[in-house]
Amino acid sequence: MTTEEIETVTKQGPAAPAEVTRRLGPTSGRSSEGGVLNVFSHGILVVWALMVGVPLLWVLWSAFKDSNGILTDPWGLPTTLHWENWSNAWDDANMGQYFINTAIVVGGSVVGTMVLGSMAAYVLARFTFPGNRFIYYLFVAGMSFPVFMLVIPLFFVLRDFPGSSLLATYHGLILVYIAYSLPFTVFFMTAFFRTLPTSVAEAAMIDGASHTRTFFQVMVPMAKPGLISIGIFNFLGQWNQYLLPMVLNQQEDKYVLTQGLAMIALQQGYENDWGALMAGMMIAMLPVLIVYSVFQRQVQSGLTAGALK
Amino acid sequence: MQHGKYRFIVGFLALPLIVYGVFVISPFVQAFQISMTDWSGLVGTAEFVGLDNFAKLWESDDFWNALRHNVYMLALVPVVTLALGLFFAFMLNVGGRRRKNEVVTGVAGSKLYKFVFFFPQVISITIIAVIWFNIYNPDPDDGMLNSFLGAVGLDGLQNSWLGEKSLALWCISAVMVWGHVGFFVVLFSAAMASIPRDIYEAALLDGASRFHTFFRITLPLLWDTVQTGWVYMGIIALDAFALVQIMSVNMGGPDGATDVMPLRLYLTAFRDSQFGYAAAMGVAMLIVTMTFAVLTMRFARRERIEY
Repeated sequence: MTTEEIETVTKQGPAAPAEVTRRLGPTSGRSSEGGVLNVFSHGILVVWALMVGVPLLWVLWSAFKDSNGILTDPWGLPTTLHWENWSNAWDDANMGQYFINTAIVVGGSVVGTMVLGSMAAYVLARFTFPGNRFIYYLFVAGMSFPVFMLVIPLFFVLRDFPGSSLLATYHGLILVYIAYSLPFTVFFMTAFFRTLPTSVAEAAMIDGASHTRTFFQVMVPMAKPGLISIGIFNFLGQWNQYLLPMVLNQQEDKYVLTQGLAMIALQQGYENDWGALMAGMMIAMLPVLIVYSVFQRQVQSGLTAGALK
Repeated sequence: MQHGKYRFIVGFLALPLIVYGVFVISPFVQAFQISMTDWSGLVGTAEFVGLDNFAKLWESDDFWNALRHNVYMLALVPVVTLALGLFFAFMLNVGGRRRKNEVVTGVAGSKLYKFVFFFPQVISITIIAVIWFNIYNPDPDDGMLNSFLGAVGLDGLQNSWLGEKSLALWCISAVMVWGHVGFFVVLFSAAMASIPRDIYEAALLDGASRFHTFFRITLPLLWDTVQTGWVYMGIIALDAFALVQIMSVNMGGPDGATDVMPLRLYLTAFRDSQFGYAAAMGVAMLIVTMTFAVLTMRFARRERIEY
């Protein structure tokens, strides 16, 4: 399924059953049964929403409480706002450094993934040449490799990289993130480029544009909706990545947010500065919260498209 | 038009292929090779030992213990997650049809529910693990779950959760379900929306109940999506690494009660430096995962013919 299909499908979603009801309204005479069921089903929906929402809100309000308040009264709202949690998290718990590390690595790898992924996908979608199918399936096969099986050899590939070790370097992590994002990106973008009309690209070629120029000035702008979806998908996946940095990035000053948080949480046990930990979690979550709130529909369709591979 | 075509193709494919080849394909091939050595990570000491590592793995109680826990999760987590996902998606999309004025409230509400339910899917597994670590905090005053149970008068249900050997694995499995239900609500909602409404209309005119509508129309027509979701969820249940590593007592405890294959592999490699042996675990995990995926596809396909 392409994004467009999923988006149309999602848009139609709630409307379909509504119309059925509207048309059938007068003929259905069993509203009492429906009423009871609806109270019941709404109750369950509300309960689940609370089960999801309350723990997340708890992080938010705990980020403003002192450690004592979090521990003695976990459900209580903060009495005074402890803004110092945030600066403690940023400075003392090094979340600021981890945030910058994450931003550098994810920034570099999202851009790299998009450029390399769409270049490969474009060639694979639009040109016939010997080996086309083979290369396509080689990329797509990567989606089924369990990362766990690959981390041990990958550790040594990075350690013994010709020139200098890539372990615990920004560019090493960036290259690995790009490589592990390519299978789905190539798969997704190949399908997307196939859906675009060929006539525009042909017209550009007739006007004398080179292949490279046609790609960057005609095809990439046309592929923008697909690039946005896959870009968000990669951003979220790479921002939240845990296993790869944990194995390949074991140097504290290069930690990404997920590593930093895990380390603080594991060290703290049930003591120490809980307020700072909660503020740290908010710092790690904020970019994701913003992206999700703004691009809600694209995030949902992008991530679910990932499962339909 | 052919001018420079091959140069362009090579130019565009070279870099992605090199990056992918070096960091994904070559580790994949090397994993098999390393699994047949006694490599401890120091250069030059790796010796070919054939299938010795696999023999050792076969005899290892620890690995079987970890595998068993993954299989428990595999049996439980996908069923519960997909069932809840289907149930919620059905209620949000088709379920509210007989209530008066539901046209407005149902639609507005369903968007909000989907927004909230999907939330755990976008935040990192580390954060989820830390949050639930606090929910399961055994202290009757500090722990969110225990203090909640105390407040509603269910003190008898208070427990040490992650510290209790018989409960710890299920507590972690519950987090997995919690984190993924929203994803399937959205996925199944999209799939349900593509079911032609005429079918529902006809069924409603024939007086079908919601129960029948779900089992006779929605579920059969969604079967492909359910099947994909099953494989996806199964692979997640075969992992569980981050949750166990961060939440469990002493990584995999208490007393090995929450140990899982990926954690075993990680500790064997990066704590004990037995890289050859750990690589063999990786290959075993690949085999388990592939077997599961193939069996699911086979089993599900046979089921589908019945409709």
